[in-house]
Amino acid sequence: MQPITNMERPEKILLSHGSGGRASRRLIEEVFLKNFTNPQLAPLDDSAELPLKERLAFTTDSYVVKPLFFPGGDIGRLSISGTVNDLWMKGAKPLFLSASFIIEEGLEWELLRRVAASMASTAKEAGVEVVCGDTKVVEKGGADRLFITTAGVGRIWSGVEVSGAGAKPGDVVICSGTIGDHGMAILSRREGIEIKSPLKSDCAPLTPLMERLLKETTGVHSLRDPTRGGLATTLNEIAHSSKVGIFLKEEEIPVREEVRGICELLGFDPLYVANEGKFILILPAEEAQRALRALRSHPLGRDAQVIGWVEEEPEGVFLKTRIGGTRPLLMLEGEQLPRIC
Amino acid sequence: MRNESRLAQGLLHKIEELATEETNLMEVCGTHTMAISSSGIRKMIPRTLRLLSGPGCPVCVTPAEDIDWIIEIARLPGVILATFGDMVKVPGSASSLEAEMAKGAEVKVVYSPLDALQIAERNPKRRVCFVGVGFETTSPTVASTILLAKKRGVRNLFIYPGFKLIPPAMGFLSEKKEAKIDGFICPGHVSVIIGSRPYEFIPKRFGIPCVITGFEPLDVLQGIWMLLLQRANNHPRVEIQYRRGVTEEGNPCALASLERVFVRCDSQWRGIGVIPSSGLGLNQEFADYDAKRAFDLPKPKPLEPRGCICGPIMMGLKVPPDCSLFGERCTPQTPVGPCMVSSEGACAAYYKYGET
Repeated sequence: MQPITNMERPEKILLSHGSGGRASRRLIEEVFLKNFTNPQLAPLDDSAELPLKERLAFTTDSYVVKPLFFPGGDIGRLSISGTVNDLWMKGAKPLFLSASFIIEEGLEWELLRRVAASMASTAKEAGVEVVCGDTKVVEKGGADRLFITTAGVGRIWSGVEVSGAGAKPGDVVICSGTIGDHGMAILSRREGIEIKSPLKSDCAPLTPLMERLLKETTGVHSLRDPTRGGLATTLNEIAHSSKVGIFLKEEEIPVREEVRGICELLGFDPLYVANEGKFILILPAEEAQRALRALRSHPLGRDAQVIGWVEEEPEGVFLKTRIGGTRPLLMLEGEQLPRIC
Repeated sequence: MRNESRLAQGLLHKIEELATEETNLMEVCGTHTMAISSSGIRKMIPRTLRLLSGPGCPVCVTPAEDIDWIIEIARLPGVILATFGDMVKVPGSASSLEAEMAKGAEVKVVYSPLDALQIAERNPKRRVCFVGVGFETTSPTVASTILLAKKRGVRNLFIYPGFKLIPPAMGFLSEKKEAKIDGFICPGHVSVIIGSRPYEFIPKRFGIPCVITGFEPLDVLQGIWMLLLQRANNHPRVEIQYRRGVTEEGNPCALASLERVFVRCDSQWRGIGVIPSSGLGLNQEFADYDAKRAFDLPKPKPLEPRGCICGPIMMGLKVPPDCSLFGERCTPQTPVGPCMVSSEGACAAYYKYGET
């Protein structure tokens, strides 16, 4: 067959491969899943459940956010809460974390002190201990100032059985708060943008909120934090793993005015913007009110809202628009914003 | 039912009453295409109404020749290329800026041409080239940037002039009559700058109704209704639905800066052809800022991708699902044609919002 274009095949890793959307998925499938096959990794949930006597969850994440300090947080706070939240998304109460640092030669000592202090206070908030770690210093230009990797182990809450493949027809979809805050707070501080806004990242460990929720409700089917790729991508992953249709009402999705404004100005869609201290909860409709009460009783879940429901088919995510139309809501294509977490 | 949904139902009802015969309306601007797709309007309006996407996506109508040229500039040692993000993925004949970035070219994505000026001032020993692609919404900000650069004595900033004008393209399509266009949903942002007068020749010469329309879903529905009403009353003219942003005379300050810096020229529109007096080049006084002059590069021989029907789509002759590449070999991740790359491209809108 004739080539349709003589465009070179991209043989290098592009920023879009780190977007959390379709390109990242392809990278994981084509490079990593080919080499690592086991039942713990296969579901590609936020944490893996370990096949041990006690039900433990295990996860890891790297943090390369730019800038290192942003409104509402910093790379240290992010590196603790991100991993803590991934454990919670498997229904696991975080116990122990590790932390590794890749430091570029020339980084200010004082800055590292501030990051470590921020990690310590966030860990305290989350009720976890950082029990091991590593530092490597690379030559100038070998990294961009500071990268952090954390890993965590948690104990799965008794009786909880959550998975991205767990959504069922008759369930409702709850969003724990306003979406897009983290991504737009970071963007507003990027070089060359400089938007003055009171917007802050929602980056926080979800521990107090999750404890309330899991105490008050039973039968939670899915939990996910919509980080890279945003709400739309996360719900697509759940819809396809669970083989169900997820229907959302646009007007019920909580978005701050300032987030909507910055998104419109810069051409972003809040449904695809990264979040940090928010999660999606899917559970049977009869549990919805109890879950909402539990969530709204804590500041982190004050704006929690039922945003949609689950049907048997068609498989995928669908948005009922403000004016009454319906359209499919697809996964993130390409890259929305690099180095957001 | 919430208020917005109720208003939409009311407008849809009025539209249904008037949409008794087959009618093609062209939304000229890419932002309208996105608004229509993202709110699901295409599936809500009567089947007799067809909404055609027009040539109003700046990235889409930039010819491959320009893209190749820009890529060549980015490859030059010591050059910093500043561009709006949309241009990064557009495929030229053999590469894209994204691919060049992965190979080490210094390409900065900026949100304003003033950022390019700042980059030039911070890097006085480097040559900085800003990719000047866009319509009347973008070109005044570039004109102001050039005026400021001249005032501050900045000599290392260059503009690649790829600016285009909307009304001549609408006139070209009306004149050609290849697609049957029964009304134009005229762009809102462009009209904030140019006002409503530059469209007046369209109803006068071609009898085609024009309504300058805003970008909220309700704006679009009201714009459609106003076009149908003009047709029903057989009184084609230019009307402004987007009153909260557009006046008859436009923005005199922006128009004056365009006048000061640019001169009209014929321009090549990708997939459509050369449209007389539809482009803006730098005038004699500002010729030193012209990247085409400053970077003396051989004229590229562009290759258009085979099988791509972006041209006919932008002329209202086809819709994206008509293309055999659409959604198969051509997706936003691996775009073949420009209408799939741009966030305002018709193919990207249809794909993103699942209108297959």
